[in-house]
Amino acid sequence: MTLTFTNARLIDPETGTDSIGSLTIEDGVITGINTTPTGDVVDCGGKCLAPGIVDIGVKVCEPGERHKESYRTAGLAAAAGGVTTVVTRPDTTPAIDSPEVLEFVARRAREASQVRMIPMAALTKGREGREMVEVGFLHDAGAAAFTDCDRVVTDTKVFARCLTYARSLNALVIAHPQDPVMSKGAAVTSGKFASLRGLPAVSPMAERMGLERDLALVEMTNAAYHADNLSTATALPALERAKAAGLDVTAGVNIHHLTLNELDVGDYRTFFKLKPPLRSEDDRKALVAAVADGLIDIISSMHTPQDEESKRLPYQEAASGAVALETLLPAAMRLYHAGDMDLPTLWRALSLNPAKRLGLEGGQLAEGAPADLVLFDPDAPFVMDRFKLQSKSKNTPFDEQRMQGKVLATYVGGKEVFRKG
Amino acid sequence: MRFDQRHLLGIEHLKPHEITEILDLADQYVDLNRRQVKHSDALAGLTQINMFFENSTRTQASFEIAGKRLGADVMNMAMQASSIKKGETLIDTALTLNAMHPDLLVVRHPHSGAVDLLAQKVNCAVLNAGDGTHEHPTQALLDALTIRRAKGRLHRLSIAICGDIAHSRVARSNIMLLGKMENRIRLIGPPTLMPAGIAEFGVEVFDDMREGLENVDVVMMLRLQKERMDGGFIPSSREYYHRFGLDADKLSHAKPDAIVMHPGPMNRGVEIDGTLADDINRSVIQEQVEMGVAVRMAAMDLLARNLRAKDGLQGVMV
Repeated sequence: MTLTFTNARLIDPETGTDSIGSLTIEDGVITGINTTPTGDVVDCGGKCLAPGIVDIGVKVCEPGERHKESYRTAGLAAAAGGVTTVVTRPDTTPAIDSPEVLEFVARRAREASQVRMIPMAALTKGREGREMVEVGFLHDAGAAAFTDCDRVVTDTKVFARCLTYARSLNALVIAHPQDPVMSKGAAVTSGKFASLRGLPAVSPMAERMGLERDLALVEMTNAAYHADNLSTATALPALERAKAAGLDVTAGVNIHHLTLNELDVGDYRTFFKLKPPLRSEDDRKALVAAVADGLIDIISSMHTPQDEESKRLPYQEAASGAVALETLLPAAMRLYHAGDMDLPTLWRALSLNPAKRLGLEGGQLAEGAPADLVLFDPDAPFVMDRFKLQSKSKNTPFDEQRMQGKVLATYVGGKEVFRKG
Repeated sequence: MRFDQRHLLGIEHLKPHEITEILDLADQYVDLNRRQVKHSDALAGLTQINMFFENSTRTQASFEIAGKRLGADVMNMAMQASSIKKGETLIDTALTLNAMHPDLLVVRHPHSGAVDLLAQKVNCAVLNAGDGTHEHPTQALLDALTIRRAKGRLHRLSIAICGDIAHSRVARSNIMLLGKMENRIRLIGPPTLMPAGIAEFGVEVFDDMREGLENVDVVMMLRLQKERMDGGFIPSSREYYHRFGLDADKLSHAKPDAIVMHPGPMNRGVEIDGTLADDINRSVIQEQVEMGVAVRMAAMDLLARNLRAKDGLQGVMV
């Protein structure tokens, strides 16, 4: 089947272009750009057509907490959010730390989801930081990367061996850098706001300490390493030095740390409780600048479903995390509308870089690339209503906020998986 | 302008004229409390429930006496022993209580913000009797009343708050209240017991008692919790007493008529010299306890008036 999108504003992160043109797809791949329209024609009316978002670090709560999010609902949310590839986190209960569990989730994903779902595996058994998982088996079974997510491997010998072993298989290790002792029990970032609210706080310095430690071990082992979920300005110079030294290091940030700050917590609003916590406005601005100039490579949703019960608690006791598969694109549009970066730059971080880093197809508008596409209107305004989200859990900090940017249609392998009704 | 609050959750939400209104009414209740027959019917027919999720003898007794003197039906619930242990969430507890139609709910909770959360789910008036390290508004109000009666005013005073600022909800509420009433605030304590970002609070910070107490009108001491005395935040209680304990020598740097305050319970010989605490010419610590009852009576009375004004909405989730 052949389909041509005409009159589309083509956003190509690889060439850095944003121009009106046409794009033809056939049998699930892109076959022509600005060539003579063939097959069915879709007039895009000047709206944006971009590679589908590749979102690394999404939590689907299977196995263990299917009531919070299943592969089916995560797939629907991703499609509605313009996310064509979901890379899932292993911080489930139990953790995805064996080939058997990985096979289970891969099967569930195939059965239940229309978007591409790629699993990651834990780095250590049970994410307990003591023994490494069967990295080889899991790698062969399709684990895209290895990560203990928000749990830091505190034993540096164990972490060094994990990095060394992963290096031998060219496997990517992802960490959320943090000094676990300093950040223990923290609910907000330290500063005036934390002191006013009387909440346990962590200094941004804890993140830099965690990152510096990890980078020293990466230098020692030469492993491929991705520092995800960075949230502070103080961590960035260390990242810059590591990249300048030629280490195989990339970095990521989640959309909330680019669009919200510590003050949004207001009167103990637990939907804004994240891990790491929302930081100062200065941190936010530094992160946005780092994405714009390429120091930070990847933006992700860090989609973390939590049910009402785990959020309707005193702030200290409430669970961390926010759902974001569907709000990632409109939230990212805030950066575009604020003039922080153009759309190709944004898509480099949302689509091209994550695909490249994990060795996946996608992220390009090029002949031969898979027809994973999102058609969206960057300007369409709306007021966020959390109860309209496809996710089972509705814990978005953007509830009732004015947003701009609507997904009109999403295609995975040339197949339409979402169309705005 | 009048007192226009549904709850008393923190000093943060109060306007200066509302603070003055509470204190003016409290002054009247001080007079009532000094009579032989200490009774009013201001809260007659109303139900007051004291919910303490954290141990407290003094504050709970003060709220109980305040309610009883105003004619409320007062009930105490020791929440540590009850449903919380059975895994009930705070919100479920709130909803259960709400169904019993209390009018005034006095809540203490170990977590900051927990009282705010609870107040969103009930339709009675909620008084914060201390939440985590956030606020303790009635303590700040009773301190303000004590200062106003001792100094004849509650503005343009130089006031030192000394000790464990970081973990003190009393300090936070006092900083806010005294700041709103336009006083000069000095915080004195070891840097390990100062909260982050404290310089942005519009206060002066000192780590030397003598320097910090220079020419102040009021010296407020804070309690140092036992669990923070050994090694974690300060080297030892004896070093703390040496450097930060209030004694006659350190106090001599303050104004000759400076008053000494402490929210209690005191650690004599840790944060304050025992003789000084008992010196009726300097210490107003007993007056603070007396003012506590009066201020709580005033706060509950004012909240009950607003409650009655909205009586038509009783029993409906607003």
